[in-house]
Amino acid sequence: MTVLMNSTLPTRRRSLGTLIGIAVIIAASVIGYFLFPNNLALLTRIVATMLLVLSIDLVTGYCGVATLGHAALFGAGAYGAGIVSAHFGITEPLTMTLIGAVAGALAGLVSGLVILRAHGLPQLVLSIAVVHLFHEVANKASSWTGGSDGLSGITTDALLGLFEFDLWGRTAYVYGIVLLLIVFVLLRILVQSPFGMLARGVREDPVRVAAMGASVHSVMLRMYVISGAVAGIGGALNAISTQVVGLDSLSFTLSAEALVMLVLGGTGSLYGAMVGTVSFMWFEDVVSAANPFHWLTIVGALLIVVVLFAPKGLYGSAAAFLSRRRGGGK
Amino acid sequence: MSLFEVKNLRKNFGGLAVTNDVSLSLAPGDRLALIGPNGAGKTTFVNLVTGHLKPDGGSITLAGEDITGVKAMQRVQRGLVRSFQVTRLFADMTPQEHVALAILQRDGKSTRMFGRHDAMRQVVEEVGDILNLLGLSELAHLKVREIAYGQQRLLEIALAMALRPKVLLLDEPAAGVPQAETARIERALDMLPPDLAVLMIEHDMDLVFRFAKRVMVLAAGTVIFDGSPQDVTQDVAVREAYLGSYANAGSAA
Repeated sequence: MTVLMNSTLPTRRRSLGTLIGIAVIIAASVIGYFLFPNNLALLTRIVATMLLVLSIDLVTGYCGVATLGHAALFGAGAYGAGIVSAHFGITEPLTMTLIGAVAGALAGLVSGLVILRAHGLPQLVLSIAVVHLFHEVANKASSWTGGSDGLSGITTDALLGLFEFDLWGRTAYVYGIVLLLIVFVLLRILVQSPFGMLARGVREDPVRVAAMGASVHSVMLRMYVISGAVAGIGGALNAISTQVVGLDSLSFTLSAEALVMLVLGGTGSLYGAMVGTVSFMWFEDVVSAANPFHWLTIVGALLIVVVLFAPKGLYGSAAAFLSRRRGGGK
Repeated sequence: MSLFEVKNLRKNFGGLAVTNDVSLSLAPGDRLALIGPNGAGKTTFVNLVTGHLKPDGGSITLAGEDITGVKAMQRVQRGLVRSFQVTRLFADMTPQEHVALAILQRDGKSTRMFGRHDAMRQVVEEVGDILNLLGLSELAHLKVREIAYGQQRLLEIALAMALRPKVLLLDEPAAGVPQAETARIERALDMLPPDLAVLMIEHDMDLVFRFAKRVMVLAAGTVIFDGSPQDVTQDVAVREAYLGSYANAGSAA
């Protein structure tokens, strides 16, 4: 009975957490819009990358799958949305985003089927191989993808027939924020669902999950497909906002950077993924402007400091600290 | 009628027979203890029965169905559940989440992508009942890494209960628990459903004698004794293979 009565407490706390998350995203977006009106393209790129980092968090943070090839899913979404616009004349942005999500999910399925056959280091190596393969396929299929020149000729209709994608990137930015909010709410529902709990179980001890009669592989593959859809939406947003897709969108470098952003923010939490992306990209922007020669050194030093002194990441460590304070206060 | 039957199970590793023609059968409500000295082949036997190792010969039947070729995960779904010698729990999850996950998995709802377990009234009530029964209610919302090892062992039993198995394989349920706390494990084991067939692998002979109605002794992969707990200490072959001074102490008492 004690359990029954207490069980409503975490439920309420989590609902409140989602509402706070929505409020913070909206507030930060509004502040960003007014603070950097001439830099909305960068902010939209941060949102698109945030979707990629959230998608890595689903497989790495929630399921414990090591991957350095997740940009393959992001790139698949970007090329999917770009190709249907440039080659098939499908220029309606919502449809392009949907196609990006499907392309990402399919890439997630293919990657997952390959990567999930191994564990640990071999898994990491397979993920690198996968992103290189995707990269090479896109490079060779230049009649479709534009190869190393990038895919150009992407056009988009006005959003809902009302809002043109303007030169200042206002529409793209607002569209990106709306997509982020929708994805955030859906992922909150997912990670709090029985499936989300099962995925956390897989991360903590797959042997125990199997001993409960659940298929560990099936859980991870499903999560990979969902993660692909999320990364694909990010890729599509990137294609829509920049109207060009380059090979760098499915590169190993992007995969590695996105993983670094996740570690910086903290794995296993949607907030960690978002905080990590903003911190990394903002820091990168500021430092590269301040010192164009040594900015990578400074970024590297920051990462070392975070990993050594806040191994749970910026958000993860802050959350743990607050939790200890709350616990100590009782 | 036999609910669970193992017939002439064999497993060789590089020519060495680690499991040699082992047979046993369990009826609903049975409490069978499998004991044996280190290296007797108990772990191999558990792995063969649970499907983590493929036998070289013999058969395993559960509720009339031959499950010899069935995957480990599907054996669990059919009602053959095991606990672990060293606890295997989710360190960052609470006992409430553990038991809820087991219930949801049992009911085929663990892959639902919406709704929260703590908003599902039936699940919450059943979780509450199980944790209450095992005296873990107060710890329901603590992370497993914050609770004592003995309580973690109780949670292992709670998970087994939540899965409502037909046959339960308990692999040393009191291993690592301080002597003073084994009574709590014993009480928890007494609360297992009376119609559940239990096969316990255990080193703690006091626990074996109190829990089991039947004892089988495994030595060098072969069953050398199958009988009552009272008789096991008197058996000459068992004394030689395993019990030694404990049997002497028992007979003297």
